[in-house]
Amino acid sequence: MTTSELRLSASDLACERGGRLVFDGLSFAIGSGEALVLTGPNGSGKSSLLRQIAGLLESADGALRVEGGDPELTLAEQTHYLGHLDAAKPAMTVAETLQFWAAWFGGASGAAPAVAAALDGMGLAALADLPVAYLSAGQKRRLALARLLAAPRPLWLLDEPTVGLDTASIARLGLAMQAHLTNGGLIIAATHLDLGLAGARTLRLGAERAA
Amino acid sequence: MTHAFFALIVRDLRLAARIGGGGGMAVFFFLVVVAAVPLGIGPAPDLLARIAPGMLWVALLLSSLLTLDRLFHADYEDGTLDLLAMGRVPLELVVAAKAIGHFLTTGLPLVIAAPLLGLMLNLDVAAFPALMLAMLVGAPALSFLGVIGAGLTVGVRRGGLLASLLVLPFYLPVLIFGVSAARAAMAGFPAGVAGQSLLLLAAVTLVSLVIGPVAAAAALRANLR
Repeated sequence: MTTSELRLSASDLACERGGRLVFDGLSFAIGSGEALVLTGPNGSGKSSLLRQIAGLLESADGALRVEGGDPELTLAEQTHYLGHLDAAKPAMTVAETLQFWAAWFGGASGAAPAVAAALDGMGLAALADLPVAYLSAGQKRRLALARLLAAPRPLWLLDEPTVGLDTASIARLGLAMQAHLTNGGLIIAATHLDLGLAGARTLRLGAERAA
Repeated sequence: MTHAFFALIVRDLRLAARIGGGGGMAVFFFLVVVAAVPLGIGPAPDLLARIAPGMLWVALLLSSLLTLDRLFHADYEDGTLDLLAMGRVPLELVVAAKAIGHFLTTGLPLVIAAPLLGLMLNLDVAAFPALMLAMLVGAPALSFLGVIGAGLTVGVRRGGLLASLLVLPFYLPVLIFGVSAARAAMAGFPAGVAGQSLLLLAAVTLVSLVIGPVAAAAALRANLR
């Protein structure tokens, strides 16, 4: 990819859900190789902020600015979004699911080696031919995470990525995130747990509104 | 981008084949409706032959409506739709891919099954080619207009009924021109008369190919936000 380094900044971002102001005046900036961890109580707008960045939710106010990256693509097209839902069909096998997402996100390069590497990276190689219907919640979560590895995109938006994962898988996720940052990627993650990311900054949402 | 577009169609076909909620269900519904009609009407072969094209078209329309509500809703429920919206393929083409998948799993099997069911309705064999041709031309319109209703009701639980109500007015021109093409061929009118209905039907299909994806994509965007 012939892209310059991606830089994302938000200024005075606000979010309104169902007539209620969830947050406002939110500003942050994140550059290549950096991670931002969103914390805050339930309902403070962590998921909404991630959906706003992914272009899946409109901001009530403020602006998101993108510098660099691939000039031909929108921010959403350079972004992986991992939400609460795993986006996997029970009737498809693990490998088929991943092949589809690799083709969908990777453009021309939905290559088999990338899929195999992604399966390995999340410890799913042994389950490749199993239909998703037989996976446990944690295994489905790993399949959703493997999607991020199967097709390279610079910005990762992770909403509670560790839910349902065992300790070994959390370690694998940590490695994958560290590798992504080393390659110049960006991560914005909403979490209640310590993800163990070296040098990650923390943005606390809704602290003043919790009372 | 083309690769991703076809990957989506292949995924939909694969899912339809495995779950059996798509083509299989539509064909059996088609069969049930057509099998029930002669029993309801009683022993009147002439009457049956006269209403056969209309019955086949109504059955095609109903089976198409039956399979519409899951078209986007299944993807919406499990978060797939969010990710489809974030691909490099524009949402309009996502809708087009889903509509093509719907046609291949619902419309096409029904068109192929139509002659067999036409026999059950005492339809004149001479009318089969015209009827099948009209169905083949009109069935894509049912899928491409249907996605509008499916897109509008994507966030509604059990939105199938609402989608059917929304889509039905758009389906009527397809029904009218489709039946009249088959009728004209049955009545032995010159080829030009049946041809005229067929051309109008083709026009409806072509318009739906453009309007359906654009309208449904706009509806999905509004629903996602």
